[in-house]
Amino acid sequence: METQQVKINVNGADYLVKAGQSVLEACRSVGVEIPFFCYHPNLKVAGSCRMCLVTIGLPARDRATGEMLKKSDGSPEIAFMPKPAIACGTNVAENMHIITDSDAVKSCRESVLEFLLLNHPLDCPICDKAGECKLQEYANRYGAGESRYIESKNVKPKKVEVAGKIILDSERCIECSRCIRFCNEFIGKSVFGFTKRGSKTEIAVYGDDNDSNYLLNVVDGCPVGALTEKAFRFKMRTWFLKTAKSICAESSAGVNTRVWSRGDRIYRITPRRNDAVNDVFMSDSGRYMHERFRPENRLKIPRIDSSPCDLSYAVDRAVEISKLGGLAIVANGWQTLEEQFMIAALARECSAKVHMASHVAEDDGKLVSADRTPNMRGAFVTGLISEYPEPALDALAREIRAGGVKTVLCFREDLKALGLDSKDFKSANVIYCGALENRTSESAKICIPLRSEFEKDGLWINRQFRVQKFERAVNPPADSVDEIELLSALMRKIANESFKTPTVREVRELMASRIAVLKDCADVGDSGVLIDSSEFAGVKFPEEAALHFEPSK
Amino acid sequence: MPAVENRIIYSHIDVEGWNASIEKYVSDGGYETLSQSVKRPREELCAEVEKSKLKGRGGAGFPTGMKWKFLDRKSGKPIYLVCNADESEPGTCKDRLIIYQDPHKLIEGIMCACYAINAAQAFIYIRGEYANGYRILQKAIAEARARGFVGENICGSGYSCDIAVSRGAGCYVCGEETGLISSLAGGRAYPRIKPPYFPAVMGLYDCPTAVNNVETLCWIPEIFRRGGEAVSKIGCPSDPGTHVWGVSGLVQKPGRYEIETGACTLGELLYDLCGGPLPGRRFKAVIPGGSSMKILRWDEKFQIKNPDGTVFERRVEDIPLDSASFMQCGTAIGSCGVIAMDNTIDMVEALANLNQFYAHESCGQCTPCREGTLWMSRITRRICEGWGRMEDIDLLKSVADNICGRTICALGEGAAWPAQSNVSKFRDEYCEKIRRQQAVGGQARLDNNAYRLI
Repeated sequence: METQQVKINVNGADYLVKAGQSVLEACRSVGVEIPFFCYHPNLKVAGSCRMCLVTIGLPARDRATGEMLKKSDGSPEIAFMPKPAIACGTNVAENMHIITDSDAVKSCRESVLEFLLLNHPLDCPICDKAGECKLQEYANRYGAGESRYIESKNVKPKKVEVAGKIILDSERCIECSRCIRFCNEFIGKSVFGFTKRGSKTEIAVYGDDNDSNYLLNVVDGCPVGALTEKAFRFKMRTWFLKTAKSICAESSAGVNTRVWSRGDRIYRITPRRNDAVNDVFMSDSGRYMHERFRPENRLKIPRIDSSPCDLSYAVDRAVEISKLGGLAIVANGWQTLEEQFMIAALARECSAKVHMASHVAEDDGKLVSADRTPNMRGAFVTGLISEYPEPALDALAREIRAGGVKTVLCFREDLKALGLDSKDFKSANVIYCGALENRTSESAKICIPLRSEFEKDGLWINRQFRVQKFERAVNPPADSVDEIELLSALMRKIANESFKTPTVREVRELMASRIAVLKDCADVGDSGVLIDSSEFAGVKFPEEAALHFEPSK
Repeated sequence: MPAVENRIIYSHIDVEGWNASIEKYVSDGGYETLSQSVKRPREELCAEVEKSKLKGRGGAGFPTGMKWKFLDRKSGKPIYLVCNADESEPGTCKDRLIIYQDPHKLIEGIMCACYAINAAQAFIYIRGEYANGYRILQKAIAEARARGFVGENICGSGYSCDIAVSRGAGCYVCGEETGLISSLAGGRAYPRIKPPYFPAVMGLYDCPTAVNNVETLCWIPEIFRRGGEAVSKIGCPSDPGTHVWGVSGLVQKPGRYEIETGACTLGELLYDLCGGPLPGRRFKAVIPGGSSMKILRWDEKFQIKNPDGTVFERRVEDIPLDSASFMQCGTAIGSCGVIAMDNTIDMVEALANLNQFYAHESCGQCTPCREGTLWMSRITRRICEGWGRMEDIDLLKSVADNICGRTICALGEGAAWPAQSNVSKFRDEYCEKIRRQQAVGGQARLDNNAYRLI
């Protein structure tokens, strides 16, 4: 279907824009900003904040004949509406004229801001939203700068705890109803609602049973500091945090996120807009993925036979053991596409077999899919596997017991939880490479600390077969090794002495030239690249239908 | 010409020996029109309403025929008719008497309208405080249903439509048609944004809905009986029919008076029919159509243009009682609830009272009205308490200007107009009051008598 376009005029300049969208979106698409509070691209229009008021006009028609009126120069006569209209609730039409910079429009914005600030506590210095607050930004940009209000302010409830993870401050609320609409429309359950009337209107919480795995999205959606996340409250001013574009590792949904950190500490994870994947939402559980990598859980120093050693020595020993032959590699769905590509190359060079295990849990039909690994599809694309793996590594256990496997090079996975017992650990040398301690690292022959997904760059392929990139958010711990570096060292020692450690970028270019479906993926933009998945149509993936996702039949 | 009443809608009101029973109504020829009308084609009936040029009596004065014409008949969704009986505008009390004394007139009107627009169901949204009215309507509908005027197979025509009565929850904004629809559907009485929620297309339960006032619906059988042409000849041509004027405030005989449009002037209404001001007093101001309309200063004079271009001067008491004449004077008849104020009224206190009403009744959905009404109320209350500042006068005007025209529903204007008109027309009183307060100064301000104007 061809996208229809209409001609509009914004502040005297003509533009062609997509038909059927709101004036607000159309203006944004041509670079004219219209401020708003209650509008949200993924929720129903409320039209209540009145911040986006603009003057709109349409070609005038003669009342009697219905013909278009023309000016003396032949251009159509424009009849501007006497009252300003909301840009979020009005759709563009052919020849619509929009004025966003007149004195009348400026006075609308100024007065709305003045009204909103009347009963607002103005407690920015102690508000967690400061720095990323729409009210603060707009008051700065469009406000009058001073208040004419000398009356006393409304008093409303503060510090109301919602579902144990959100703090509601009604005094800061501007009654935009985004939280109400989000819960009703996205979660499908009424959590918030308005009580009282007029200026005394406040947000109330229904009952006790209002928790949901998506509730924290209302904190991102709240344009002011009325809803703040309890875990992040008073932890850090937002302007001290630097952000990195990342992808949520919780499941194969591939939710686009933003990781906020200072120093080497991650303070919070918030969703990042991608209209083809997650809109602007993410699960609450995904927001705490970084807590997995708290220092006490990390594999901090390399070990050989449970005694700490030098990193280079551990790598050398691992190489020596691997060279002995009978090598099996355990890959996983958290590895980046680049790493999986390198493993595939290594496996080919030393004819090792690659084993993988699936991690399947309940699919919530939204943004947490059944496959709880972010990159299982990458293993198919890089050729590590051709069938959806079993939840346990039974094949590997059989091969060890049959004596065919002498060394297991295990990445991240806990072999003990996947069907191997202590006897198998004796009959084969286990080299464990991972960021976290687990039961396998306790009894592995060699342990090599790797980097977490927050400490490296990479590509993942989500359930839609969309290749998405994530960036390093924090620096890796000193004694950890980059997985590509480790794999290169193995390549060098086992197969090809002149093999040089490639950069992530070089691996990507190599993949693009070697793997047909990845030909456009050498440089993936922020919204990702959807690749051809027809090759894998026969694979039984466990995901169910969800937001922006239909499983192939 | 002495002012005379012409009771058409109020034909049974306050008549000796009349009661709300169906026997009385039928004995006076009631439900005749309904049984005749259901035999006529619907298009013809709608055309009659359009021909009558009847304007809605709820306050906005939108032509009823046009409202019905806009109904989306092609959507395949059921059409609903909602009778707006949520009479909450201060100063307005016309519908109440019809419901209490002549409910069958309203029911016949509703059924006639339902048949004409082929409604699937009718609703009466009655003001919550009219508890007795609710019971009276329930009883009257049951009576009418028993006789086949409501419900299945009305008057043997094969057309079926029932009436449900719903009580409001005591909120002014429920009288706004989209707010009423939200409330009737079970939500908060939040007016809806247009587009897309035009009642004629996406009204109650997102189906096409006609929302009409009680008095408007009572006109429907009259139009069907007399013919649209004949009704359009009653009163003045731009606003045909009669208006029920509910006069309250400081006059000798407050009450409701049904008058043909344009048949007499505001002065004749207040002096001849209502007996003039209380003894020894004189009129100072009058609000013509419910508290939301702009106030008129009694000594105001307007320059009115004749159709031939000449200009003449019109005093307030000479304004003819029709919508166009009030429009020429910068105000509107609204719902015809006249509030008369005499020289004992302090205009600042009068506005403080109104502002408090609007601050209390603002639904709180959109910003300007939610915050602005309370701000205006706090300013006027502060002036009344003795702490006025000269800049408050312009501030009030400016706040009202910032509300006006920028809200979701028309009640933003309704809250802003009284303040705008009051401040600009009685500025001298505001200045004088504040000047005296400042002259008194200190603790003496707390004694209201120290700076009272009257």
